[in-house]
Amino acid sequence: MREALLSVRNLQVHFKVRDRKAWPWTTPATLKAVDGVSFDLYPGETLGIVGESGCGKSTLARACLNLIPATGGEIFWAGKPLRADDERAWLAARRDIQIIFQDPLASLNPRMTVGRIIGEPLRVHRPELSDDEVHRKVLAVMAEVGLTAQQINRYPHEFSGGQCQRIGIARALILEPKLIICDEPVSALDVSIRAQIVNLLQELQRRKGLALIFIAHDLAVVKHISDRVLVLYMGKAMELAESDALYARPGHPYTQALLSAIPIPDPRIERGKVLQLLPGDMPSPIDPPSGCVFRTRCPKAQEICAGDKPPLRRLDSQTSAACVLAVERSG
Amino acid sequence: MSDAPATKVLEVKDLSVQFRTNDGAVYAVNHVDFELGRGQTLGIVGESGSGKSQTVLAMMGLLARNGSASGQVLHHGRNLLGLSPTALNAIRGDRIAMIFQDPMTSLNPYLTVERQMTEVLELHRGMGRRAARLRAIEALDAVKIPDARRRIDFYPHEFSGGMRQRVMIAMALLCEPELLIADEPTTALDATVQAQITVLLRELQRDFGTAILMITHDLGVVAGLCDDVMVMYGGRVMEHASADDIFHRPSHPYTRGLLAALPRLDDTSAKLVSIPGNPPNMNELPPGCPFSARCRYVQDRCVTTMPLLQRRDVASTALRACHRSVAELDAMEASDA
Repeated sequence: MREALLSVRNLQVHFKVRDRKAWPWTTPATLKAVDGVSFDLYPGETLGIVGESGCGKSTLARACLNLIPATGGEIFWAGKPLRADDERAWLAARRDIQIIFQDPLASLNPRMTVGRIIGEPLRVHRPELSDDEVHRKVLAVMAEVGLTAQQINRYPHEFSGGQCQRIGIARALILEPKLIICDEPVSALDVSIRAQIVNLLQELQRRKGLALIFIAHDLAVVKHISDRVLVLYMGKAMELAESDALYARPGHPYTQALLSAIPIPDPRIERGKVLQLLPGDMPSPIDPPSGCVFRTRCPKAQEICAGDKPPLRRLDSQTSAACVLAVERSG
Repeated sequence: MSDAPATKVLEVKDLSVQFRTNDGAVYAVNHVDFELGRGQTLGIVGESGSGKSQTVLAMMGLLARNGSASGQVLHHGRNLLGLSPTALNAIRGDRIAMIFQDPMTSLNPYLTVERQMTEVLELHRGMGRRAARLRAIEALDAVKIPDARRRIDFYPHEFSGGMRQRVMIAMALLCEPELLIADEPTTALDATVQAQITVLLRELQRDFGTAILMITHDLGVVAGLCDDVMVMYGGRVMEHASADDIFHRPSHPYTRGLLAALPRLDDTSAKLVSIPGNPPNMNELPPGCPFSARCRYVQDRCVTTMPLLQRRDVASTALRACHRSVAELDAMEASDA
């Protein structure tokens, strides 16, 4: 059995929210952005995290870096627990865990040159390096992500979105991390550029044995890049499955609906497709439904769904789903 | 392309848009032609900077102050370009309606949905407030907003993103327009909501015979909704053909590149074929084809002369703008693989 690089156990991120009209002495409501999510990530693997806006996927990503401290549960890095208040341990861990963000331009300081942006992690984590060494490393990593050496003194606004994302990737790579968390890295990019960045990430992963957590709402991209996929809905894991299995035989009704909603770029398929539309909107996260959080919109919901919260349960060797009605399958 | 429609709702002839900027004139849209018949759907596909949004903004007289349009936009034979704002206002929101990408910025946050909807009817139909309110409730029902009778008095912020887009669509359809222009109507929405809105547009088109001009970068949405597709790049039309032709027999290197760069749920190929290079800089376009800088099959004349938009072959109605013939491209692609 391989040792997991990152293990997340029953992770919870709860926020206290107070209605502005409420009296000051009333207890604030709790918003459970992430509620009891567990997964393991192995070296060199890509875990995709999908879900609609407000499902907690970005909060989960930030909690994995302690950018938003978890309010419950445990995070293990290479077998060692990381406590939310242990700043020193987290600083060390972040040498190995880096992140790239959705908005490529907004995540770069407009007043710093590309060279300084990419070199900054080294100044924080490797202060012993001389300026020459930093410069050399910056140039090497720029070449790796497809930027030219002449661009080192330019500012972020001089680059297009795709190039800015390359700068973000270079900044994440320079510490030679073992895991990069990609929070919607291609959502803001045009189709032709998106493929460039996805290919770049895959190539870097192959070359360096990187593990990736790839967060996106675009299921086609996630399918393309991921080994396993975690489906979130209202802060809860609905399904965790091998990528091919998830798309071939989704175990959870939510996954089924989500997959049926993705348009396929082929008019012959699209025109004849029967859409499985979900009724209504996502319920308020402050006041989630009892039992299964998806039951208010689930086409298969029954009385039993309002009872206990269903945990992730193994359906076959490749799929786990959090649905009491899902049937176990052989294989 | 499908056969010439009996009644043309809109004819656009040689539409060009240019902007005066401090760096000189920027030619955002160049020589665009298309027409739209009753109940037809045309998709305009393109990436950022392709000129797809400026095309429709120009049609509706909504260009920024430093922009100017030339050519003709004929609505039942009447040129909309150069009409006075008053004359345009009689058409906009009545015969031609528009919905935008971000419903929150297109609805007035200070007014209830009821006030914003009844205003349209009072203005264009001269209805009284009470009758207008009933008609507005009907429209909200038509786009399947539950409990419309009560929710009509809500402010925009009290609706979710998908519901707000429905309100926008309901408002656009109040006067039963002949043409609905939808500028990236589902881009800001989640997948399941996007599917709901797509189905809704399809049903409304069936029920009211509205022509739809759909602007998007999402080829999946186009596949489900559009009869014809126009692919734009760098302010020019690259290819204009039926949806079947665009997806199954693409004839332009850019269209082919776009389709190959798209990961598909029903496909398991290991690598996406990306288009090298960066999006076009509209200030520094070559005199020839705007895609020439990124095209794998570029030749000298591509950079110097813009290819004309011509029929793919004598038997076909599909239009393409490329110096290389389809046979040539097929042969080169085969030898690449």
